[in-house]
Amino acid sequence: MSENSFHRRFFEGKAAIFAIAMTVSVLIGGLVEILPMFTAKLGPERADWVSPYTPLEVAGRDIYIREGCYHCHSQMIRPMRAEVLRYGEWTRAAEYAYDHPFLLGSRRIGPDLQRIGGKYPDAWHYEHMRDPRSTSPGSVMPAYPWLLEWKVDAEDITKSVRALSRAGVPYSESDIAGVGASMQAQARGIVQSLAGSGINIDWDREIVALTAYLQRLGVEGRRALADRGSTP
Amino acid sequence: MNETKYDDLIVKQFFTATVVWGVVGMLVGVILALQLAWFPANLQIPYLTFGRLRPLHTNAVIFAFGGNLIFTGIYYSMQRLLKTRMFNDGLSRFHFWGWQLIIVSAAITFPLGMTQSKEYAELIWPIDIAITVVWVVFAVNFFGTIAIRKVQHLYVAIWFYMSFVLTIAVLHIVNSLAVPATWFRSYPIYAGLVDGLVQWWYGHNAVGFFLTTPFLGLMYYFLPKAADRPIYSYRLSIVHFWALIFLYIWAGPHHLLFSALPEWAQTLGMVFSVILLAPSWGGMLNGLLTLKGAWHKLRSDPVIKFMVVAVSFYGMSTFEGPMMSIRAVNGLAHYTNWVIGHVHSGALGWNGMIGFAMLYWLLPRLWNKPIWRPGWVTSHFWLGTIGIVLYTVAMWAAGLTEGVQWRALNEVGQLKYPVFLDVVRMLRPFYWMRLVGGTMFLAGAIMMMINFFKTIGGPDSAAETASTPQAA
Ligand code: HEM
Ligand code: HEM
Repeated sequence: MSENSFHRRFFEGKAAIFAIAMTVSVLIGGLVEILPMFTAKLGPERADWVSPYTPLEVAGRDIYIREGCYHCHSQMIRPMRAEVLRYGEWTRAAEYAYDHPFLLGSRRIGPDLQRIGGKYPDAWHYEHMRDPRSTSPGSVMPAYPWLLEWKVDAEDITKSVRALSRAGVPYSESDIAGVGASMQAQARGIVQSLAGSGINIDWDREIVALTAYLQRLGVEGRRALADRGSTP
Repeated sequence: MNETKYDDLIVKQFFTATVVWGVVGMLVGVILALQLAWFPANLQIPYLTFGRLRPLHTNAVIFAFGGNLIFTGIYYSMQRLLKTRMFNDGLSRFHFWGWQLIIVSAAITFPLGMTQSKEYAELIWPIDIAITVVWVVFAVNFFGTIAIRKVQHLYVAIWFYMSFVLTIAVLHIVNSLAVPATWFRSYPIYAGLVDGLVQWWYGHNAVGFFLTTPFLGLMYYFLPKAADRPIYSYRLSIVHFWALIFLYIWAGPHHLLFSALPEWAQTLGMVFSVILLAPSWGGMLNGLLTLKGAWHKLRSDPVIKFMVVAVSFYGMSTFEGPMMSIRAVNGLAHYTNWVIGHVHSGALGWNGMIGFAMLYWLLPRLWNKPIWRPGWVTSHFWLGTIGIVLYTVAMWAAGLTEGVQWRALNEVGQLKYPVFLDVVRMLRPFYWMRLVGGTMFLAGAIMMMINFFKTIGGPDSAAETASTPQAA
């Protein structure tokens, strides 16, 4: 191309114009793909059968994020026969409605967890987190014995719930004020079920919160989709 | 031009940081590889489990090794291409120390479990703000230097650097918008699949504008220098530059194929990813064809060896990527080790090897000293190359094994391998093989680090070649 080509004169000689043209070309794709997502028609589907995470589940989800569980476990069942057989109904967009952040994951070093809720008893999760090999021989998952000792803090989780409400999750002021009581009430149920399996633990241990989170994953979707029959 | 007017101290600083962080980041990669092959390596210490170390690895290799490497190359080449010193030395220093501080804070916060969880954007929000500040300082320095240039036309390397500086700023800010809960925890303003789409718009373009365009800029500067030949085609560089930056942005949804993300967005992502093959190969061809005529150097000059392998792996991974974006192929590859193989053929093969080439080319010139052990450079090349091959072959084999077995059905339409752990157990040999490959790659990088410190501590080139000690 000649020394005097259009590109040379117009862009390479004029850095500001070049930079603006570049920025515009880079912005187009993102705008076209992302903006429509905020509209009802083109964005992800919504449904009335999903509810926000309870405070104890929020605490569990914070732990799931802290430990980086999503590096090995996905939360997205694809609409394929083998996946549905292995993990259950494929995941609907609405099921993530309150997921800040999304936790779809990109790897399956371990199995998908999107519908893990209700698959195993609480005691299974307790044992599995304490020593994965005790329930799952040959697993490569690390053991997390500290979850049996470390405590959740209602005040800290109140901050999480408040921030989530600011991000758009519909928690009321009374929900936020009642975080501690709500956590304790839900935790008692898990503590009792563990006691039934001969495991005694205080309600405020992290393992209880994590179990609460895991046991709710995919449950609402499974129930709603079973009711209406499983059509895409 | 009088060389001394350039600020080469900043280049040396970034150079040193690259060499050191590279070894650290890759060492963490080797630890992760060991943890997958042999779980006791998680040591039952909360701060050292796979889930907490993995973001340390990715951030260290991309932003500490890759980032410092890019800055080394930019500060060296842009001063020379524009025939001017950097706009402001103070800003350069702030950029250097700010970036290192961010890296150190990453190395502290990740083991503590402080993360936002979005891949390659895990750093907690106060660090995100620090990144924004440092980036703006860098951008001011960068564009300031362009403004005071003594050469009118901008060389192609500068275009690629510009797209890096501008696009990363946009991506980082939009993807990091979040509501803080505490100093260490926050939640993104987006929910569910919208958050996912924003994240992969960011994530894929971190590949595009952090691991690709600035590295192409480096290629366009250092490859012709090393080969001592002009760029093969100026016209090709214009076409593939604009096509690349325009198309890359659209491809993010290929990370969300088969999810419940609206179909139209998935299709856009797939189509644009496939088209992306063309401008990617435009860059590869321009690189390889520039080397045409310098093939005789391939035997003697290890820098050229590194470059040939780098550009070839760039071509390979940008062929593999578009293939993996096709829905049917992604259905098999997604979630498996195949993706990890793809990542590292790009990361080790392209980013690693072109980076090593640049560092070895610069080392004797920047410090004006002969390389301490020239033979080690060639050994590093072979360790690296064989290491990559072992790594990627192991991951392809593992990925295919998983992909096929997860979906296999028996005659009556039931899962053939219903027990997930059976597949996990089958992967163990591949994980060990990857560990061997990764360790070789790391060993090469360690040799480079030793060679580097010995070289800069050694005698000057001039003192060695001249029979009498230099007078001035
Ligand atoms: C000694 C060399 C290296 C070794 C042994 C190594 C090992 C690993 C391991 C074991 C993982 C986790 C894989 C998994 O989740 O199954 C990983 C992930 C990753 N590594 Fe490396 N790595 C090395 C070098 C690099 C370099 C130089 C880069 C980039 C420039 C890089 C970029 C990444 C990325 C981006 C991921 C995340 C991939 C994903 O999320 O899909 N690695 N690496
Ligand atoms: C034309 C170019 C490319 C295309 C279309 C492309 C496409 C893809 C696809 C389809 C995936 C798999 C997504 C999934 O199923 O989870 C992927 C993953 C990835 N690719 Fe590429 N790729 C390209 C080039 C590259 C290059 C050159 C590099 C590195 C330098 C790279 C780094 C990565 C990384 C880091 C991931 C893993 C992301 C994650 O899951 O964390 N890609 N790419």
